[in-house]
Amino acid sequence: MPVAPPVHAVQPPMNWTLNGSAVATVQDARQTLLDYLRHTAGLVATRMGCCLGQCGACTVLVDGRAVPACDTPLWSLAGKTVVTLEGLGTPQAPHPLQTAFIEAQALQCGYCTSGMIMAAAALLQRNPLPTHKDIRLALDGNLCRCGVHNRVIRAVADAAAAMAQTARPGGGGCAAAACPTTESDQ
Amino acid sequence: MTPAALPDALRTHPLIDQWLRVTPEGRVKAFSGKVDIGQGISHALRLIVAEELGLPPALIDMVAVSTLHSPDEAVTSGSLSVQHSGSALRHAAAALRERCRAAFARQQGVDVAAIDCSAGRFQLRGTDTVAGYADLVRPELLRAPLQAVEAPTVPLRSGSACHAPRPDVAAKVWGRFEYLQDKALPGLCHGQVFRSPWLQALPLPLDRAQALEAALTALPGVLTVVCDGQLVGVLTETESALQPAIALVRRRAEQGLLWQPAQPWVPPSDLSTWLRSQPQETTVVHEQAPAQEPAPVRGGTGKPRATQVLRAEYERPYLQHASIGLSCALAHWQEGGTALAVWSHSQGIFNLRRDLALAFGLPVDRVVVSHQEGAGCYGHNGADDVAFDAAWLARHAGGRPVRVQWTRHAEMAHAPLGPAMVVALEAALGADGRLESWSQQVWSQGHGTRPGRGATPALLGAWQGARPAPVPMAVNAALSAGGGSERNAVPPYRIAAVRVLNHRVLAMPVRVSALRALGAHANVFAAESFMDELAAQAGQDPLAFRLAHLPGAENARARAVLTEAARLAGWHSPPAGGAAEGYGRGMAYARYKNTGAYCAVVAELVVTEAVRLQKLWIAADLGRVVHPDGARNQLEGGAVQAASWSLCEATRLDEGGIASADWASYPIFRFADVPQVHVSLLDQPLQPSLGAGECTAGPVAAAIANAIDDAIGVRMRSMPFTAERLMQCAQSQPG
Repeated sequence: MPVAPPVHAVQPPMNWTLNGSAVATVQDARQTLLDYLRHTAGLVATRMGCCLGQCGACTVLVDGRAVPACDTPLWSLAGKTVVTLEGLGTPQAPHPLQTAFIEAQALQCGYCTSGMIMAAAALLQRNPLPTHKDIRLALDGNLCRCGVHNRVIRAVADAAAAMAQTARPGGGGCAAAACPTTESDQ
Repeated sequence: MTPAALPDALRTHPLIDQWLRVTPEGRVKAFSGKVDIGQGISHALRLIVAEELGLPPALIDMVAVSTLHSPDEAVTSGSLSVQHSGSALRHAAAALRERCRAAFARQQGVDVAAIDCSAGRFQLRGTDTVAGYADLVRPELLRAPLQAVEAPTVPLRSGSACHAPRPDVAAKVWGRFEYLQDKALPGLCHGQVFRSPWLQALPLPLDRAQALEAALTALPGVLTVVCDGQLVGVLTETESALQPAIALVRRRAEQGLLWQPAQPWVPPSDLSTWLRSQPQETTVVHEQAPAQEPAPVRGGTGKPRATQVLRAEYERPYLQHASIGLSCALAHWQEGGTALAVWSHSQGIFNLRRDLALAFGLPVDRVVVSHQEGAGCYGHNGADDVAFDAAWLARHAGGRPVRVQWTRHAEMAHAPLGPAMVVALEAALGADGRLESWSQQVWSQGHGTRPGRGATPALLGAWQGARPAPVPMAVNAALSAGGGSERNAVPPYRIAAVRVLNHRVLAMPVRVSALRALGAHANVFAAESFMDELAAQAGQDPLAFRLAHLPGAENARARAVLTEAARLAGWHSPPAGGAAEGYGRGMAYARYKNTGAYCAVVAELVVTEAVRLQKLWIAADLGRVVHPDGARNQLEGGAVQAASWSLCEATRLDEGGIASADWASYPIFRFADVPQVHVSLLDQPLQPSLGAGECTAGPVAAAIANAIDDAIGVRMRSMPFTAERLMQCAQSQPG
C-alpha cells in the first residue's frame, strides 16, 4: 500500500470518477476503496475475500488497470477513474464479457466472478486478442475454489472474439479466426 | 425408470404442499431442504419440478430454505441432493400432476384416460376444454398424504428444459445477486469474535481480559466488548470500525499477551506415525474370504508359480476448505430475548437450529434459521460456528441484529480441517496375473464434527465460553450412508478375499470434519495407485488389468466409464507429436461411495522439476442427468479442486495452531496450474440420478500419481506431489 499523505487539519474533498459519475470524497487516511464501495457507495458486487490483496475477489479497474480494491487507499484515487462490475454493463447494455460468462456458465458460487470479469476487462483493453496463455497470466491473481477456470478462459476468449467481430468494419466474419486461441497454446 | 420406493424425505414430509404450492396466477412454489452452496442445486430441483409438471422452468420459484417452512432434509452433502430432494420433488410433482388430471376428469365426467396433459395444460381430448394447475388445485388435493409412489414420473427428459440456464448465474454476472455477506437489516450492527488459535485453551486471565476490554472499548465506533472464557467479542456501529479492533487483538496475541493452550501443544512432525500411535477404535468394514482355497497355478515348467504379495502405504495431509468467501451470519434476538432469528449459509440449517437451541437454552421452536447463499462450500466450514458467534454477540446488542463475518485468518485457522489419512494396502497377485486377496487399512480421525447430532452443541464458540460444552470426538457416518474415513475403502474389483479395517483415531488436538468426498479422496488415491503398482508387477496395461477385475454384467457401467475415458484420452495411441521428456499418463477409477456415480479419469502431465498437469479426461456415469451443463461444471470443478489438493495443498501446523492461515501460506491452484478438463457424460436416462460433485476427487488424485510414475518412474505415495516431495521420492526410489 502506498504511504499515506500527511494529515492536515482540513483537507479539501477529493474528486474522482466512479462508474461514470463524478464523486467528491473526504480524504480519510484509513479508508480503502473496498470499504468505500461496499459501505459508503452501496456497490456490493466487489467482494471481500481476504483484505490482504491476495485473492483478487475485489478487483476493480482504476484508470483501466485491474487492482485489488482492498489494498487501494481511497486517498490514492484523486483524479482517477474507477469502474466496478456494476459500471461495466447491464442486462440492457451488457459488456461482451458478461454475455460470455453467462453463456459459458463460467461460475459456480460466483464469489470470485466480479473480480475475474474486471481483471479480464483490463486484459481486453490492453490486448484485444489474447491467447489462452495471456488469459491465464492476466487472471493469475484471481483465485477460484470451485474450479471453473477453464470456463472463465473460454468466456474471456469468446468475449474477445465477439468484440473483434463487432469492431471489424462491416462486422461478420469468422469468430474463430478472430481469436487465435487454441487448446494447446498454454 | 426402475420402480422406485417412496423417497425417505416424502415419508417424513408426506403432504404435497410441504413441497409444492400453486399460486392463483399459475406459478409453482417449490420447497426443498437442500441449499445452494455454489453448486446450483436449486436450479436442478426447479428443472425436475418443471419437467414433471410440464411447465416452463421460469414458472417454478424455488422458495428460500428456512426452518420456518422448508422440509427438514438434514445436511446438503454427499452428492445426494438430486437423489434425495430431487426424488422427493419428482414424486410430489408427478402426484400433483396426476391428481390434477383426475380432478379435471371428474369435473368433466370422463375417465382420466381422456385427459391429455401437455405444456402444463390439461385438455379433454378432442375438445377445446382446457384447465391449468391453478384452476384445478384444491387444498384437499395438496393435503392428502402420499402413501406410496402414486404416479409414474416422466420417463425421459424432454430435451429442452434441461438446457434452461441457472438464473443466479446472470444475477451474479450483473453484480445483482445478494449473497448473505451483502444482507442488511434495519438497525444492523457489526461484530467480531476473537478466540485462541488452539481448539482448547485456558480462559483469558482476568487482568488480561480487563486490559483488552479497556483498549477495545476506547476504539472509535465500538459499542460493546464481551469477554466469556476464552472468547472476546466486540460490537461496532459499522463494519469498518472492526478493523482497528482486529488489528489490536492480533497484535496482542502475537505478543503472547492473550491466550495459552490448555496443554502445551507440539504439532506432530510425522503425521503417519502420529495417527498410528494415537488411541484408536478399530472396526472391520468389510470381510470376505475366498469360498475355497484356489488351486495353485502351474507355470510352463510344471512347478507352481508363487503368488506375489505387495504392500504399500499412502498418505494425505490435513487439508483446508479455502473458500474464496468469508464465513458470515446475522443473528437477531427477538421478543425480549426469548426467540432467535439467524441467517446462515450453513449446509444444515435444521441441525444448526438444534444446536443453537442447545447452546442458548431455548426450545427448538424458538429458533429460526434461514438460509442465504454465501461463497462456495466444500464441506463443514465455519458457517455454523460464525452463526453461533453472531447469536452469542447479539445477546449483548440490546435487541439489534448483529452481523459477524470471519476474517481470512479465522476462515483458515478456525474452521475444521479435512482429516489427514494413512492407508496401508496389501495384495496377493496370483501367477495368472489376477488378484487373490486385498487388505486395506485406514488410519484417520472421524470425518464429522457437524452440529445437530449430539447431546451437546457442536459449535466452536460453545466449547470456548466460561462454561464450555465438551468437545466431541470426530465420528464417521454409517457405512450405509457412505461412511467417513472408510468411504471407498472397499475396493470395487472382484477379488476373492477382501479385508478392510478402519482405525478411527481418538484424538483431536486440531478440529477436523467433513471435507468434500471425505475418505474417498485418500482411499481411492491409495487403492488406484496400488492397482497400477500391481498391474506393473503383473506386466499388464493398467486399463486391461482393471477391466479384468471388473467382470460380469454388474460391472458393465464401471467398464464403460473406464473404456470411455481411455477412448477420450487416446490411451492406446502415442501422444500427438511424440512424448516429450518427462511426459506421462495415468488412469484411475472409482464408483463414489461404491453406490454413487461411476467415474474414470485419465491424467496427462509433464514432469520437469515440478509436475505440470496438462489434461484431465473424465468419463462419468451419473445415471439420469437433470442439468447436463451443471453436472459437467460440477465434474470439472471437483476435478480441479482435487488436483489442487493432490498437487499443492497441505495444512501447516505449528506451536501456534494452524499456521497456513492466508493465501500465501496455503496456496491453491491458480490459472497457471489448472489443466484442461474434458468431460464425457455417459447418458443413462433410465437409471436413477447419482450426484456429480464428489466422484472425481479420488480418481483425479490417483490418475495424477500414476501419470507421474509413468513419466519418471517415481511412485508418489504421499500427497501433495510438490516439487520438493518429488525430489525426495526420486532420491529414495533409485532406479
